[in-house]
Amino acid sequence: MIVFDRVTKRYPGGYTALDGVNLRIAPGELVVLSGHSGAGKSTLFKLIPAIVRPTTGTVMLNDQDVSRLPKRAIPYLRRNIGLVLQESRLLFDRSVYDNILLPLIINGQPPSEAARRVSAALDRVGLSGREKEFPAGLSGGEQQRVAIARAFVNRPSILIADEPTAHLDPVYASEIAELFKSFNSAGVTVLVATHDTSLFRHWSPRRIALDHGRLMEQ
Amino acid sequence: MRNWLYLHTRAVSRALARLARQPFGTLLSALVMGIALTLPAGGMILLDHASTLARGVSGKPEISLFLNDDASPAQTDAIRQNLQAEAQIEGIRFVPRDVALKQLENNGLGDVLGGIAANPLPDAFVVTLKGDDPALFDTLSTKMRNWAGIAHVQIDSAWVKRLAALLELVRVTIWVLSVLLGLALAIVTFNTIRLQILTQENEIEVSRLLGATDRFIRRPFYWFGTLQGVLGGLIAVGAVWAGFHVLSAPIAKVGETWGMPVAPVSLNGIEGLAIVAAAAALGWLGTAISVRRYLTM
Repeated sequence: MIVFDRVTKRYPGGYTALDGVNLRIAPGELVVLSGHSGAGKSTLFKLIPAIVRPTTGTVMLNDQDVSRLPKRAIPYLRRNIGLVLQESRLLFDRSVYDNILLPLIINGQPPSEAARRVSAALDRVGLSGREKEFPAGLSGGEQQRVAIARAFVNRPSILIADEPTAHLDPVYASEIAELFKSFNSAGVTVLVATHDTSLFRHWSPRRIALDHGRLMEQ
Repeated sequence: MRNWLYLHTRAVSRALARLARQPFGTLLSALVMGIALTLPAGGMILLDHASTLARGVSGKPEISLFLNDDASPAQTDAIRQNLQAEAQIEGIRFVPRDVALKQLENNGLGDVLGGIAANPLPDAFVVTLKGDDPALFDTLSTKMRNWAGIAHVQIDSAWVKRLAALLELVRVTIWVLSVLLGLALAIVTFNTIRLQILTQENEIEVSRLLGATDRFIRRPFYWFGTLQGVLGGLIAVGAVWAGFHVLSAPIAKVGETWGMPVAPVSLNGIEGLAIVAAAAALGWLGTAISVRRYLTM
């Protein structure tokens, strides 16, 4: 369960990204978040893995107050959250395999188990046999699929994707959307921020929107 | 434990890959470290050899006790017993006046002594001490002057003081140099790691987002700095070894001129290891300061 309780985030300089947001997301939900650029979508997502902290209010994740979590506990929180950002943020000096392996190493998975999971993840995103390639040799859609594989290879209970299809053509974008739906069908809580809300229309997700930092349920 | 080893193995391989990725930069940094270490490391080892050589050239420090002309055999025996009772005395040699005269004649002063009717030289004791501390010479000579039958006590400790002072000066200079150069090496590593952190900003940020702890992120940098130190240390060992190889012949010649056979100056395994360990420690130190400064969450 993710709970935002009267969360306000004001950045230095006075810009208010979120203004008194109240939100509850149940385990296993598929939530599509929309809103114009600067509406506060990224900030809302960054509050969950404690990339940013709220100015006021609390963010609870599975009864844990994320907004007051000590710094040393944050890495362990993030290992249970899969993050996919607008830019794939892959490491271009490492192979596809090593990119997907990274969270497993961080999480201390034994090498044999890690190798098995990377293979399964590659298979899931349709990139089997491409593990030795480097990200620069992949298309934008393939790079995003590698980023998705990296996000879920640790089997997180929550998957957060911030504009994952922003730079992709419609065919790749719907493939990515289907991937997220398949994770959600497996019980993962999926939160996707997107301008193109039609991508998920077939699956009747919960739709919420942000407008100038204020949340509106749709 | 196995996971800990696995993480370190990966960190070492990442660090080696980073070093190999910039071979020229790695070589330059290692050369800077190596050359800077060569001076104090070589100096310290050379100082040890110089101390040995100086002792060999000047012989064991001695005190000469000249007896009164009218010293009785009983007084001579008493002086011998007093000397034997001193714990700090290593060797006692009695030089009768006739033997002393013969030695002078053998040293080419026969013509001069031929004109003198009686032997002007006194009986004497020549003692060598266990240590070469100038303070010990002063204490003992003061005590000996009060013994019955002693006409004069001559200490040849002036050279001991001069040598000790000179060696101390060189030793302190080398230590000061070592500290300054060590600091410089730590700063070189600090800066190298700072640049490494800047060039790997994306990897660091991604790792943090994936749940990496500070320790996980810092580990490859620690290995990088330490391995760079090891490379610098190996270069220093090579340079010191080569330097001694070149200097051995001239040092041996200096020894010959003083009538002292000088063993070739060389670097033993422990000294070599100590140089590499010191370089690795300096690399680690520079890294530690850098990651604390630039890699804090």
